[in-house]
Amino acid sequence: MSRAVRFAPLALLLVLLAGLIWRLATPADTNVSSKLKDQPVPVFILGAALPTKPALSSSDLATGRPRLVNIFASWCVPCITEVKVLQQLKAHGVTIDGIAVRDRSEDVADFLARNGDPYERIGSDPQSQVQISLGSSGVPESFVVDGRGVIRYQHIGPIEANEVPMILRVLERAR
Amino acid sequence: MIAEAGLAALWLAAGLAALQLVLMVTALRSNVDVGHTMRSIAVVQGALTLIAFAMLLQVFAATDLSVALVFENSHSAKPFIYKVAGAWGNHEGSMLMWVTILAAAGACLAIFSRRTSARTLVAALGAQAALALGFYAFLLIASNPFARLNPPAAEGQGLNPLLQDPGLAFHPPTLYFGYVGLSVAFSLAVGALLTNEVDSRLAQAMRPWILAAWIMLTLGITAGSYWAYYELGWGGWWFWDPVENASLMPWLAATALLHSINVLAARGALKAWTMMLAVIAFSMSMVGTFLVRSGVLTSVHAFAIDPERGTFLLALLALYVGAAFVLFAFRGATLKEGAPFELVSRETGLVINNLLLSVILGIVFVGTLYPLFVEAVSGEKLSVGAPYFNAVAGPLALILAVLVGIGPLLAWRRERRPVFKALSVPALLGVTALVISFIVAPGIGILPRSGLVVASYLAAASILPLIGRNPLRAPVATWGMVLAHFGIAVALTGMAMNAAFTEERLAVARTGDRLSVGPWLVEFAGVTPTAGKNWTAVEGELRATRGQGLVTLKPQTRYYSNPPTETNEAAIETFWNGQLYTVVGKADGEGGWQLRLWWKPFVTLIWAGGALIALGGALALIGRLLRLRRRRSRSREAEWRMERYA
Repeated sequence: MSRAVRFAPLALLLVLLAGLIWRLATPADTNVSSKLKDQPVPVFILGAALPTKPALSSSDLATGRPRLVNIFASWCVPCITEVKVLQQLKAHGVTIDGIAVRDRSEDVADFLARNGDPYERIGSDPQSQVQISLGSSGVPESFVVDGRGVIRYQHIGPIEANEVPMILRVLERAR
Repeated sequence: MIAEAGLAALWLAAGLAALQLVLMVTALRSNVDVGHTMRSIAVVQGALTLIAFAMLLQVFAATDLSVALVFENSHSAKPFIYKVAGAWGNHEGSMLMWVTILAAAGACLAIFSRRTSARTLVAALGAQAALALGFYAFLLIASNPFARLNPPAAEGQGLNPLLQDPGLAFHPPTLYFGYVGLSVAFSLAVGALLTNEVDSRLAQAMRPWILAAWIMLTLGITAGSYWAYYELGWGGWWFWDPVENASLMPWLAATALLHSINVLAARGALKAWTMMLAVIAFSMSMVGTFLVRSGVLTSVHAFAIDPERGTFLLALLALYVGAAFVLFAFRGATLKEGAPFELVSRETGLVINNLLLSVILGIVFVGTLYPLFVEAVSGEKLSVGAPYFNAVAGPLALILAVLVGIGPLLAWRRERRPVFKALSVPALLGVTALVISFIVAPGIGILPRSGLVVASYLAAASILPLIGRNPLRAPVATWGMVLAHFGIAVALTGMAMNAAFTEERLAVARTGDRLSVGPWLVEFAGVTPTAGKNWTAVEGELRATRGQGLVTLKPQTRYYSNPPTETNEAAIETFWNGQLYTVVGKADGEGGWQLRLWWKPFVTLIWAGGALIALGGALALIGRLLRLRRRRSRSREAEWRMERYA
């Protein structure tokens, strides 16, 4: 057996130890934020979640004015309170698109009929694939996308009523 | 008093371990025979740790709130079995359990290992004591389980309710027996490298230990998978979570070792490689313990993060694995390889088995630690998830499963018979499964489809070693191998069926709503409040039917008061062809409840397969031990005859 082979395990161990020591010295930050901030939205094409509403693709987002993309689901309880806040944003003239995650058409229709419908377009993401490609780790989450289709802001968790002015400012800056 | 007695026993055991280390060095430098003394000390050391552990069980059983650990992790209102199990459901207690098993394994090695050469046994017991010594220091300096609380508390702070489950009583101890059982293989390998006695005799002595540890690991991983499946409420059976990977990595190394040790035992070949695997298998156990106990990797198994303990464990890891690797680097050159073999032979089969298992181990290892290294080098954060592991390790595992059907048919040294003819029936079964899968389910993914095909083939191929001979006269160990390999086919069927045909339904439902999932129509009959000994819960009632018959399921969301925690208790109904899995979540405040429903066809086969694999291992172990015993009595008889007729 050659010398290099015999010492290889030892070398690998040293690399491993260096990495682990580094991690012990710098504790991890566990917030999952999207790496796509200030990057163009990844290309996607989603089918329509409802027969009565247009579907959503990445090309629909670069329309010259900022939009809010909201990731939600009919089975998601915090989304129910968030929809009401989204209505307020819509009243301020914000265009909101939805991505319904792991959902069914009739459930989405029921959800919107019961809680109100702030969305211009809704895409259906049955396997969470677009959600994951956007760097989102849960529902609800929202992204501010500017007129050129670049993600400017990610909001993790429901948008609360007192955060409406902050979201409006972010949208203003994205103009 | 009890706590002090436990602490005293630990200190004494540590002293004896140090003494063993001194004895080993003396014995290796001179030719003094210390075998007898060494063995006695190892037995006493093991007994002392058992006493310490019994004392810990006693303070937990009696909820002695003057012990800090009991105050932090127990509560007088807790059911008795969870009070006892709580002894190892925390950091200090689990580390005491770890060191107890380590010392007890050393004692067993001293008592039962008669086949090893005397010098190697002394060196191995010394190595085992060196391992124990580090962990005693860790317990006594950084994690004393018997520390007192003055003044004593009036009531304990409870236990993580996720852990108040029968799974807790068995899952960690089983895994620990596996993890730490591998320490014997490690110590024997280190001992043999020290004395330059790496031979087939060593391999035969090592084999039962590897088998025993491997059986426990298999059971522990299977049980852990089922526990996560029903307790976490997400319907998955494997999440590629760092802590799960931490248990899978030693298992992969032990599985490779289990196969390569046969080559060393039967043919005296693959010496260096087998010794390396024996070192790596236990090193992976230590890496796993470090990853879990230091909290360096983000995981659903949220154990307390403690940099001081992490540093201590890392130092132990560096010391032991580093020392073993250095020893290997210098002694590896002196290992002479044994008998040669031809391309088509059992040896080649086992080498390929080892290569594939090692590559899979490497993939899991890299996937688990990659995020850490990327962040260290570039500061970027990322996570490696199931898509990577499934896509990279999945195909390799399938190739391995195909070869599992071939390897046992090959003869040692060289194979001249037309063994591949025997595989025509299994191959035909595989093709049939492929055709059927395309007719019944044209849309499923390539990996699940391949899984079904390989599983059908392997189910038949695995029993071939029993065909063409009287199966009742086949050695018990052969039966064990056949059963374990058949278990792989069973588990693979479950995994593939689950991946291909699971149906999921998420909805916010009101009383009277009907939801369909798979063949089932489920009616939500509302929720009722209910309570247990230390929790309150809302219990949903679901009435499920598929044409005829009615099944009622009652999933709960439980609220524990001490500490305040919320858990989902899934309601699972098992049928011969799958499980209906239901979870009730939060209320929407307007009469609706979040429901999660899954229909999982044949999912139980995953764990049934795991159990079969472990059972096969147990049969192989029994077979090996029986044969050792027979050989021993035969040699005794021969000695007696020689004396008589000399």
